[in-house]
Amino acid sequence: MREKELPIKLVVNGVPWEGTAPAEMTLLRLLRERIALTGTKEGCGIGECGACTVIVDGRPVPSCLMLAVEADGCQVRTVEGEVRDGELSPLQQAFVEHHAVQCGYCTPGMLMSAQALLERNPHPSDEEILEAIAGNLCRCTGYAAIVAAIRACADGAPPPTGAQRPETNGEEVSRD
Amino acid sequence: MTSKHSYVGGNHPRPDAFDKVTGEAVYVPDMGLPGMLHARMRISPHAAARILRVDTERARALPGVRVVLTGDALDHQLGLYMADKRILARGVVRYQGEPVVAVAAETEAIAAEACDLVEVEYEPLPAVLDPEAALLEGAPLVHPDLHTYSHMKGVFFPVPHSNIAHHQKIRKGDVERGFAASARVFEESFQNPPVQHVPMETHAVIARALTRGRMDVITSAQSPFTVRNILAHTFKVPHNNVRVRIPTVGGGFGGKAGIHLEPLAYVLSREAGGRPVKLVATREEEFNTLPSRQGLRTRIKTGVTAEGKLVAIRVQYLWDAGAHADYGVNIGRAAATAGAGPYSVPNCHVDSLVVYTNKVFGTAFRGFGHLEVMWGVERNMDIIAHALGISPFALRHQNFLRPGDTTITGEVFTEGHGRPDLCLQQVAEAVGYDRHSREHTPPARVPSGRVRGRGIAALHKAPAMPVFTACSCIIKFNEDASVNVLISGTDYGQGTYTALAGVAAQELSIPVEKVLVTFDQDTATQPYDWQTVASRFSFMGGNAVIAAARDCLDQMRQTAAAVLHAPPDDLVFEDEAIHVRQNPHQRLDYREVVMGYTFANGNSIGGPVNGRGRYIAQGLTHLDPATGQGKAAINWTYGAHAVEIEVDTETGDVDVLNIASSFDAGRVLHEGMCRTQVEGGVLQGIGSSLIEAFKFDERGRLLNSSFVDYKIPTALDMPRRMSQHFVETPQLDGPHGARGIGEHPMISVPSAIGNALYDALGIQLHELPLTPERVYLAIKRARAREGSGAAAEPPKEA
Repeated sequence: MREKELPIKLVVNGVPWEGTAPAEMTLLRLLRERIALTGTKEGCGIGECGACTVIVDGRPVPSCLMLAVEADGCQVRTVEGEVRDGELSPLQQAFVEHHAVQCGYCTPGMLMSAQALLERNPHPSDEEILEAIAGNLCRCTGYAAIVAAIRACADGAPPPTGAQRPETNGEEVSRD
Repeated sequence: MTSKHSYVGGNHPRPDAFDKVTGEAVYVPDMGLPGMLHARMRISPHAAARILRVDTERARALPGVRVVLTGDALDHQLGLYMADKRILARGVVRYQGEPVVAVAAETEAIAAEACDLVEVEYEPLPAVLDPEAALLEGAPLVHPDLHTYSHMKGVFFPVPHSNIAHHQKIRKGDVERGFAASARVFEESFQNPPVQHVPMETHAVIARALTRGRMDVITSAQSPFTVRNILAHTFKVPHNNVRVRIPTVGGGFGGKAGIHLEPLAYVLSREAGGRPVKLVATREEEFNTLPSRQGLRTRIKTGVTAEGKLVAIRVQYLWDAGAHADYGVNIGRAAATAGAGPYSVPNCHVDSLVVYTNKVFGTAFRGFGHLEVMWGVERNMDIIAHALGISPFALRHQNFLRPGDTTITGEVFTEGHGRPDLCLQQVAEAVGYDRHSREHTPPARVPSGRVRGRGIAALHKAPAMPVFTACSCIIKFNEDASVNVLISGTDYGQGTYTALAGVAAQELSIPVEKVLVTFDQDTATQPYDWQTVASRFSFMGGNAVIAAARDCLDQMRQTAAAVLHAPPDDLVFEDEAIHVRQNPHQRLDYREVVMGYTFANGNSIGGPVNGRGRYIAQGLTHLDPATGQGKAAINWTYGAHAVEIEVDTETGDVDVLNIASSFDAGRVLHEGMCRTQVEGGVLQGIGSSLIEAFKFDERGRLLNSSFVDYKIPTALDMPRRMSQHFVETPQLDGPHGARGIGEHPMISVPSAIGNALYDALGIQLHELPLTPERVYLAIKRARAREGSGAAAEPPKEA
């Protein structure tokens, strides 16, 4: 009954991992079940919701649509790797400060999509931010606070220090 | 209290956000127990059928399969208000998606394969798919044994040998005389489809059956004590045999309010000799098997004076409950009590019928029937205003409840109830809606191109709850004078714990960083709460937290008075220290007191400080079964939305450019939490307005049970401009004057958009959602009606 296991070597959050996985195992399941990184969530299993987004060789990827064996030899980044030396990344910090998190289930995938955007385009427009996270469904926040958090990092400005977030009440989201 | 630790109305960070941005927050799907099995379900392909034969032999023979369970093995019948549900279908299936067989196996893949190997033979039965058809003489009965079901007596009124699970009546004044005395009478009908909650985390549970009738259930649910209560009753075990734990929950919106997969996971574990069983709904099962919002048909007849004063309203609400009553019966009840809108209506007659059909069943969904009811009520107000030539703003303004008026259930409206008029005024101003003139007169002909329109809608909602609804809280002081707040409402994203942390910190005069509202729920250790529903947690939980904090202070006062040789009443609690009012130097730090005080000689007094607080709903009465009169609500939250939209007449596509929302929150407990609740609720409301609806085929099978076919708003659907406004008319019995706002942001968003569409196009739409297809076809029909006038802009054929 047991599926044939194939050898896999990859680097997850800077740490090499070597092991095996059945041919049909997704990267999502490899991360959650074999590498014990459960920060990455499954929302639908068919690549429609973005909850499982991780960064593979610099690109945001729905890990439920990528086979584990396809990630062989790749650099994979998950939400667990974004904390450096015990400090939140600027984007994580901005998510906290802008209340861009409610239930939190979409948050890891959302963060990875936004992080990948900021790394390939440090100063995205609002339009580019919206496009970058359009594949990440969030049912709680209405996205406004998420966009505000990404924008705060996109501006290149240091994140605000206090709990006060910039007043977004009535703020225009530019689409042009 | 000092201003140094003043948090109410502030904007401190939400503590759970740190765990959620790092991936440290643990949800049920992330968890496992030693020896755990994985379960999958085989669901019914038919809306109604007799189960002729279930052959599980091949499934049982599959290596790795531990349990294959069918409904025949399970006698239990359960439900929140009406015991109308089987753990697995028995004898018949009542909706497509109903679980028929469940398997527990060593892996999820084996369980899934085993489910496929089960052979089930059905004899399809006539299905009743429409609530109107379900009321007809001779309609197939979804529950032929309804008259035998146990249910909450005196509150819900099922009609034996029918499909009516509950009939809620509201009777005030004399509607027929009211219509006779009216200058104009209007009759309208409206429709809402079933809609899914779509929490990003599907329902998930790990259950472990223990010896001596005990069980341990870890579940993604909203209400730990409701899960415990129903498990205890269903399996006839003492309550403290049942331990229900709830870790971080990935969204609920009402869909996780009751009890769903927990009993099935438990019986599978029991059959597996006590091995833990994990059951996580697939996204398709989340749509197909787990409950949705009920559909609704509204028929409303309104009598008004020539000036637009409401004289009489007769309304029939027909709820499409699906196969089980669940929360549906209470929605039919609660929404009826709000069923004439936030208006003074001297004569009112409401029949709210909760009707069984052979479809996936309905449950609570953010707003608890009020989005549905207010779709009709608030579209109706605009239709009347335009017919009378009165501005929709002015029509509402003159009919709003005012102090001294009575609601349709006989409750006297007071100044403390809130200000719907101010909410409407704020939002109208925010989107540039002309309040006085008749500017919002629709175009005489259907215009072409991208056309803009503005619309407004008011709303109200009160928590729906039993008369005895209660909440309790324990505050435990730690050695460093930090505290853990134990309270059993669940924060599945709403931010209530963040608001309550501020309330506790302010009451105790300590930094908010020193307050931990314990996230994981556990019925074995946390104090009782009824349910996390109805926008009542901040209100009732806030009152319980304040009571618990004061109990802590009383305990500390007693010890400090002895130590400081001062009368207890002279002690002041300020900034983590206690001092004598007239001599601030005579003081003790909290940390010297909270575990007991030790004198120089070693003698010790006091002891650990654990505060206890509780709150029970005040003043609620049972409603008269014949008239619905009584006190149904502990408080009402009023609000309004105004929108500006743009509609493309060539595609029917509606774009919300600007939406302003206002609520009389009584007191904003936490600025950021309130604002972000509104932002999220508004977009969810836009989903219900423009996109979301279940589609069934003619045999009652759900056609759009995945994210491929059922879309929810993405970031690109966010309005370009959103603003959130709050009126603060203190709720006299609320914590710092606060009342709930969690559900309200969704309510009346569809109505405001529908009203704006009329403003833009001159076309009245009565059915949700306002999809491009529906809007485009309405435009096409309107142009056809315009006849020769349409020649200027020939309608395109679809």
